Amino acid sequence: MTTDCTQSHDRGTRRLHPLAVRIMHWTNAVAMLIMITSGWKIYNDEVIFGWLHFPEAITLGKWAQHGLQWHFFGMWILAINGTIYLIYGFVTGRFREKLLPIRPGEIVTTIGDALRFRLNHDDLTHYNAVQKVLYVGIILVGIVVVISGLAIWKPIQFSELTFLFYDFQTARLVHFLCMSAIVGFLIVHVALAIVVPKSLLAMLTGGPVIEHQLPDATREPVSVPAGE
Amino acid sequence: MSIKTRSPSIFRPRKPIDQAVMKENRALVDEINRRNVLRGAVSLGALTMLTGCDPSENETLQTFMRAVSSWNDRAQSLIFRPNHLAPTFPESQVLKPPRFNAYYEVEDVKPVDPAGWKLELAGLIQDKRPWTVQQIAGLPEQELIIRHICVEGWDYIVQWSGVSLRHFLERVGADLTAKYVAFKCADDYTESIDMATALHPQTILATKYAREPITDPFGFPLRLRTATKLGFKNAKWIMAMEVTNEFPDTFWHKQGFNWFAGI
Repeated sequence: MTTDCTQSHDRGTRRLHPLAVRIMHWTNAVAMLIMITSGWKIYNDEVIFGWLHFPEAITLGKWAQHGLQWHFFGMWILAINGTIYLIYGFVTGRFREKLLPIRPGEIVTTIGDALRFRLNHDDLTHYNAVQKVLYVGIILVGIVVVISGLAIWKPIQFSELTFLFYDFQTARLVHFLCMSAIVGFLIVHVALAIVVPKSLLAMLTGGPVIEHQLPDATREPVSVPAGE
Repeated sequence: MSIKTRSPSIFRPRKPIDQAVMKENRALVDEINRRNVLRGAVSLGALTMLTGCDPSENETLQTFMRAVSSWNDRAQSLIFRPNHLAPTFPESQVLKPPRFNAYYEVEDVKPVDPAGWKLELAGLIQDKRPWTVQQIAGLPEQELIIRHICVEGWDYIVQWSGVSLRHFLERVGADLTAKYVAFKCADDYTESIDMATALHPQTILATKYAREPITDPFGFPLRLRTATKLGFKNAKWIMAMEVTNEFPDTFWHKQGFNWFAGI
């Protein structure tokens, strides 16, 4: 018992990706795949762009009603898991620790390094500026995709919400664009996970043990202007 | 509109189909659909691997999905706001004529003869005397200019008028605490809605579109029109109406579409 107690208090044994994060990550992965592929099925029934139909082979659900069934099942998993993730991220300080601060200068440097194939992946515990931007961005897109989804699911009951997107069709377009952004992110995310297999492994096993950085330690030294 | 053939075909055009062309090329279209089915069958295996689930109408999966759908019915009835009005629009935005939609083509519509037509009433209603076209025409009229939204994702502005369903239900002494109002239609279509929606201020039994009597393809002489449901819930060519506590199953629900279908 003592050991358990000690361990649970000893933040030094914390993994890069705690079990809760890993469970939420893979739950989200499944929910996203359900939502994207069943969403394509629904989209095909009334396309937004005449030139774009998703091949039936990569859509989920035999007929339209089955696509809808999957979508309105998946939405619960996505929304509940996503809400818990957001609360967790804020409450535990994970968002602040992993995703902040984002410095514009670092973004430029990281992009430059990436173009010269000089990205260093040795330290999984630290995200570079571009990673931070992408992760913050995809979290925001995830929030907007759910809100725009609510706006087209219930354009009358939540008419105020739909009005935020102008009208039903523009809310539908925003929902579609969010999906496109998520698919784009997914392609890069999966490609990089394949290029750096240990990052994929870390999301399965928890990854390296990391030192707990107290909020004070991560904070920038406050430079007080000493008079003039 | 409301209901239509559910086609998975990627060949479906955006605009309503020119029916004459469809007739001429029926054989070709059937051939294309058949090929699609074959291709679909081949890709089923790939999809199963991708998702880990059988995407067909697998019985166990369907039982589960229908249970989720029932759960979604309850969730929707919980978020339903009985007195929240749907946005309305200026008459200039109304599409005339409305868009035809049913589970068959427009040329297969069988017009209802108004002389022989009567609205039959059944279930938890005190005065079950049937109503003629003339009697219904004498009822107070309410107009709705609202957004029609199809489950497929398209929408347009419609202008329906007719008697408020709440007014009609009160008039015939219906049990307003009952759970469902069900409709039987001339084309064997069945539909039912929850009582809260039936009593919503923007739910009517429509007899007119854009101030003119409804024409045959759009449900003459009487159809349901609600501002808070997807298009297919708005039953056309109503022959009988029943107020009941027993769940009245419906045409599209039996095929796996969500029953509440609220918007």
